[in-house]
Amino acid sequence: MIGIVDYGMGNLFSVSKALERLGADYFLSSDPEKLAEAKAILLPGVGAFKDAMDQLNALGLTPFLKDYALSGRPLLGICLGMQLLFENSDEYGFAEGLSLLPGTIRHFPGVDADGNTYKVPHMGWNKLKYQVPSPLLNGIEESHVYFVHSYLAKTDSEMINASAVYGEEVPAIVSRNNVMGMQFHPEKSGETGMALLRNFINLSESKVTL
Amino acid sequence: MITKRIIPCLDVKEGRVVKGIQFLGLRDAGDPVELAAFYDREGADELVFLDISASHEGRKTMVEVVKSVAASLAIPFTVGGGINSLEDMKRILRAGADKVSLNTAAVVNPDLISEGARFFGTQCIVVAIDAKYDEEIGTWMVYTHGGRAKTDKTAVAWAQEAVKRGAGEILLTSMDSDGEKQGFNLELTSAVSNAVSVPVIASGGAGNAEHFYDAFSRGKADAALAASIFHYKETSVKEVKNFLLSRGVNIR
Repeated sequence: MIGIVDYGMGNLFSVSKALERLGADYFLSSDPEKLAEAKAILLPGVGAFKDAMDQLNALGLTPFLKDYALSGRPLLGICLGMQLLFENSDEYGFAEGLSLLPGTIRHFPGVDADGNTYKVPHMGWNKLKYQVPSPLLNGIEESHVYFVHSYLAKTDSEMINASAVYGEEVPAIVSRNNVMGMQFHPEKSGETGMALLRNFINLSESKVTL
Repeated sequence: MITKRIIPCLDVKEGRVVKGIQFLGLRDAGDPVELAAFYDREGADELVFLDISASHEGRKTMVEVVKSVAASLAIPFTVGGGINSLEDMKRILRAGADKVSLNTAAVVNPDLISEGARFFGTQCIVVAIDAKYDEEIGTWMVYTHGGRAKTDKTAVAWAQEAVKRGAGEILLTSMDSDGEKQGFNLELTSAVSNAVSVPVIASGGAGNAEHFYDAFSRGKADAALAASIFHYKETSVKEVKNFLLSRGVNIR
């Protein structure tokens, strides 16, 4: 069973339904004890970083997620859920993250290296460019996925499994061992997104190992 | 690079898609889920559902529509129409919509934009602007209540204010071009797009594939929306995309 962390930060419905369509067993919970039994954890989220961390802290989920990561079982953060895996963010004031991955979350500058301005949020379909290999990418070609975000991760290149170009190189899929994140919304990214979630389910069912 | 988006718009009344949609091969041309799936197969990048229900009951039905669409499709979609409060936004977003679009309510109560952005993030909040050219003033003015009421705001200034308050995207409809099929209003679109830092969706006036090309090139739009030309099969999303590709536009 995949445990979806329900901490009051938006759209759990779409991601649950995506797992359902893929035939995966899942449950929603905000209870660390129940979630601890899951074979894998999915941490979704939309909204502001600080609010999300406040919620996780209030529900006792911060220490739970840190312990879970140490257990070696797959943990996947989606969108804001991915950003929470990093050390901190300056969205609406500084906030500490889960520090499961090295790096920080920063606002898109809106100006590229050549001084050209671009729109923020990064909203729409952008093409993945594969970097460090990951079992999440098994059998999937580099194609378009749906992004909606104004903040991006600043992290080491060895954490980045796939990126997209938007003003700069944007980390799209990140991981270190069992801790994984997707900046875009796989549940909104058509067949490619569903295939990525399928690979995550395979990891949770130990059909593939890290 | 990010691709330009093609967005079909569906009008929903009391839970059913209205405004004559002519498709072959669909069991039920009024079913929002079936139509959404059709456009998804055609390569639509996103969908907009506009709730035109007149009744409270109809609005409640919209939540069910949103749930069914979100349950069966892996494609982003926006819901507009009748969203007047933070509670309304919560209902629609929690049911599975990715964004809500605010129009009249945002003009009447601009704080709604800030509240929504603060609560859900700017990326969830689309501000829809209906604009019409005013000869005397020499610019486009904002209209509300489905185009029936003129305001004292110019489209460019209102778009800028909306973004400052937290709008993550502007859905810009030219009332002058709407329904004419002579192309998007490129002057209006580029004026607004150049004035704001968020993506702008051009709307109103699409008649053929070339019009989409113009919206992206000269109009500086990030996305383009159309209803009737897709519904009546005057062209298809696929056809538009093939044309755009042939003209070197970055498309999914």
